[in-house]
Amino acid sequence: MVEWFFGYLAGAVILLAILVVASRNPVHSVLWMLLMFLHVAGLYLLLNAEFLAATQVIVYAGAILVLFLFVVMLLNLREEIKIRRFTGGWLFKGLTALGIIYVLRRGLEGFRVGFEGPWSIEAVGRATHTRALGQVLFTEYILPFEIASLLLLVAIVGAVFLSKKRLR
Amino acid sequence: MPGSYLPSSYLPVLIFLVISLVFGLGALVMGGMFRLRRPYAEKLRPYESGVTPVGEPRQRFSVRFYVIAMLFVVFDVEVIFLYPWAVVFDRIGLFAFIEMVIFIFILLVGYVYAWRKEAFVWE
Repeated sequence: MVEWFFGYLAGAVILLAILVVASRNPVHSVLWMLLMFLHVAGLYLLLNAEFLAATQVIVYAGAILVLFLFVVMLLNLREEIKIRRFTGGWLFKGLTALGIIYVLRRGLEGFRVGFEGPWSIEAVGRATHTRALGQVLFTEYILPFEIASLLLLVAIVGAVFLSKKRLR
Repeated sequence: MPGSYLPSSYLPVLIFLVISLVFGLGALVMGGMFRLRRPYAEKLRPYESGVTPVGEPRQRFSVRFYVIAMLFVVFDVEVIFLYPWAVVFDRIGLFAFIEMVIFIFILLVGYVYAWRKEAFVWE
């Protein structure tokens, strides 16, 4: 049963990701991306990570997609659609893709299927996922959490700086 | 038994999604099957309250919209972190409180920066 759900979600994510890149109209790309984000949320849910699934929908499908849409609206769409795409350089592109696949494969080498450590699926289920995540995030991963705020600070400064013609 | 790890409490959500999908697509397909198709130029023109449409529908937006969206994303992410924090607050207590004060303070610096640089002012 799990395999069927995973098969559907993973297949849909790959297909939708290809559609995002291959669509001629950037607005269509953004809409395909919305559908892809929702399927990724489904994948998280399948991992019993309900907080991540909700976050995926709220932050990615809700906020980051709006950002993409506004970026698309900044483009001159009439000119953008006319541009020829997927032209040449296939050797370099193929090598880049193979390189990325190789790195991902190496990264997954130490990964084994199974539930180990203190936070097994049963333990997370008992504590509820949000509580388990908070427990780990605010004790064990305190430094990455604080660094995340710095990352967001950089995003604020970057956005404000980009939009200003002259800074006062 | 891997099948038991399926989040079965979300089955109603799945059923809801399937029904809404079938209802939406079904209405479109049924409409396409049964409606009359008699198009003419005036009917196909975009509706603009009876006025003849002028110019391109696709216009470039002001970059101000982008800044507002970006700031929204940043503070959206900030608030998302408050959810698990609030849930485990009774367990971790003061430590979590100080942690979150530092987190919010760093973002407050960004907020004040955006404010001082008049990112919220519409020129």
